[in-house]
Amino acid sequence: MREKIMYLLAAAGIGLVTWTLYKVWFVLPKEANVAAYQILYFHVPAAFTAFTGFFTALALSGFYLGTGNLRYDALAAGVVEVALAFASINLITGMIWARYAWGIWWTWDARLTSMLTCWLIYAGYLILRRAIDEPTQRARLSAFLAILGCVDVAFVYKSIEWFRTQHPSPVLSIRSGGGMGPGMEAPIYWNWLAMLCLGTVLVIIRMRQEEISRAIDSLRRLAHAY
Amino acid sequence: MEPREFQFVFAGFVVAWLIVMIYALTLGLRERRLRKELDRVRKMVERR
Repeated sequence: MREKIMYLLAAAGIGLVTWTLYKVWFVLPKEANVAAYQILYFHVPAAFTAFTGFFTALALSGFYLGTGNLRYDALAAGVVEVALAFASINLITGMIWARYAWGIWWTWDARLTSMLTCWLIYAGYLILRRAIDEPTQRARLSAFLAILGCVDVAFVYKSIEWFRTQHPSPVLSIRSGGGMGPGMEAPIYWNWLAMLCLGTVLVIIRMRQEEISRAIDSLRRLAHAY
Repeated sequence: MEPREFQFVFAGFVVAWLIVMIYALTLGLRERRLRKELDRVRKMVERR
C-alpha cells in the first residue's frame, strides 16, 4: 500500500512539474519568458516546500514533547532532512537569480541572511542528532531546536516586509504584493504542490530507513542479551 | 529569450533537480547499506 502511494505521488509530482514547465514556457505571456521570472518558478516553491517541512517538523516535535513517542521524533528528523534539501534549492536558485538580476551571487541582506541562518539551524539539527546516542535526550534536544528553527522561519517570511533591503518585496497576491499578472502566479503554486508530492515520497523512503535502523538496533540488543 | 538569460534559467533548473536527484541517490545508497547491515546482524543473531 505504501509503495503504491509512493509511486502515485512520484507520478503526480513529475506530471505536475512537466505541466507547469509547459505552461511557463509556452502558455504564459511573453513577460514571463525572462530569466527573472523563470527562476522564480523554482525558487519560491522550493522555499514554500521547505517551510511546509519545517512547520510539519515543529508540529511533530510538539507531539513528541507531549507524548514521548519516538516515532514522532523520527518522522520530524526525516521531514527536516527533506525540507533542508528544498531549502538548499531555494538558496542556490536564489543565488543564480541574484547573479542575473543584481550582478552578484550574494549579499548580506535581511532575507538572504535569515534564510542562510535558517538553513544552518536545520543543518545543525541533523548534526546534533548524529552527535547524541541516547534516543530520548536526542529527541528532546532536537525538538527544542526544531521549535527554535521555526521562529527563524517566521522571521524569514516576514523579513521582506520588515526590512527594505536588496531582496524584492512581496509579489504574490496572497501577501501584500498585488500579484504577478493574470495566470502568472498559478504555476508557482502548482510547482509547490509538485515539490510537496516529491518531498512526501522522499520522507516515506526516509521513514522506511528509520524502520530498518530500528530493526537493526533491536536485533543488536537481542544479540547482546544472549 | 536571450542566450545569456537562457544560461541562468538552465543553471537554475539543473541545480534545483540535481539537488533532488543527489539527495534521492544518497537515500538509495543509505538504504542499500542499511539492508546489508540488517542482513549481517540477522545472520549474527541466527548463529547465536
